[in-house]
Amino acid sequence: MTANGAADVFLLDGEPIPFAPGQTVMQAALAAGHYIPHLCFHHDFKPHGSCKVCTVRVDGATTASCTLPAQAGMSVECKADDLEENRRTLVQMLFVEGNHFCPSCEKSGNCLLQAVAYDLGVLDADLDYFFPSRPLDASHPDLLLDFNRCILCELCVRASAEVDGKHVFALSGRGIGKHLIVNAESGRLVDTTVAVTDKAVDVCPVGVIIRKRVGFAVPIGRRRFDARPVSAQALEDAPRRAPPEAAP
Amino acid sequence: MSRSAQREGSPVNDGAPRKLRIATTSLAGCFGCHMSFLDIDEKLFDLLRHVEFDRTPLTDIKHCGPCDIGVVEGGICNAENVHVLREFRRNCKILVAIGACALNGGLPAQRNHVDLGACLQEVYLTEPGLARGCMPNDPELPLPLDKVHPLHEVVKVDYSIPGCPPPAEAIWSFFADVIAGRTPHLGHGLIHYD
Repeated sequence: MTANGAADVFLLDGEPIPFAPGQTVMQAALAAGHYIPHLCFHHDFKPHGSCKVCTVRVDGATTASCTLPAQAGMSVECKADDLEENRRTLVQMLFVEGNHFCPSCEKSGNCLLQAVAYDLGVLDADLDYFFPSRPLDASHPDLLLDFNRCILCELCVRASAEVDGKHVFALSGRGIGKHLIVNAESGRLVDTTVAVTDKAVDVCPVGVIIRKRVGFAVPIGRRRFDARPVSAQALEDAPRRAPPEAAP
Repeated sequence: MSRSAQREGSPVNDGAPRKLRIATTSLAGCFGCHMSFLDIDEKLFDLLRHVEFDRTPLTDIKHCGPCDIGVVEGGICNAENVHVLREFRRNCKILVAIGACALNGGLPAQRNHVDLGACLQEVYLTEPGLARGCMPNDPELPLPLDKVHPLHEVVKVDYSIPGCPPPAEAIWSFFADVIAGRTPHLGHGLIHYD
């Protein structure tokens, strides 16, 4: 808050964005109704900064906006051709590293990776595909784990630890060998304490944690991101700032 | 007019703009993208005022000659696919990959994590109900590749139309843009991966 009682602001692509102390650039931007493309950020969780899709430029340096503390007077560039191209490349890399066959994925149309790619105008991967071999875990009676679609956002890891208090999920390995694991001696989901009502199940942005027997109850073509692009919907999810009171 | 003359697009100057020559094919695909192409329905008449077809499943021409646009559906699963794709690339000024299989291997690429020998054995020998099955070995059969590849891993691709299949509106949008001399652009609702 400035001396005269007005909220501190920074500039996002030239637009003034008010912010509260402790807010990151991403949190303040979404609260003010400005979309910054993102995958691993979720407003219910502490920012993670791993996917880098939300990278912006401040004073010539690029940094993830979800972990960048907002500061008064800073000038943040988000909508630049080179930044958009980098975002497209990051998304394309995620597509080729896993096995993302959208036509046969139950999450298609509700998938954040797909929706962000649509919004960025990604038509193809333009990189060589890895086609990794990642067997499914269908051991749980109510849940299916399809590791082929994991983007390592750690939202399930964070949700299981912070909200469910269970630590069912974790990432293991390094670099290209990094992968999702579950907390059971057998390595199988059925032997964990996961429940179908867990936040960790709900928060998966892609098609890794799938509820069984739901499938295509809502047909492809009538799903969340079929209707409107993610850039128009992310703002509806964000905790919004109360409208400023009218000046006396 | 000879076919080669048509291909060059030279002769008969009747004042009309030269028609764009288009070739299409389906490699490791299901022809679903071609069906979606036909789903542009009455716009086919608009299209035919501006284009003529070289090799397509519609003309039954066996080889692709010099063309303005080559549209390729399906991925690359065998040696013949590679030859056909390279012929398209050599002859087409603009090569367009259409549909999920052309862009990421699609359904046929689901076999990529399975050893090819084991895959053929399962399909032709050990699958229940194949008591007298045998491994196909006719010399005319193209040899399968160990993995199914998208087109861009074999040749340069100039434009992509995603979808399984792409909506007819996306296919028409592409052709309308090219005919009008615009850079093709697919906006929200026309980019679909499913």
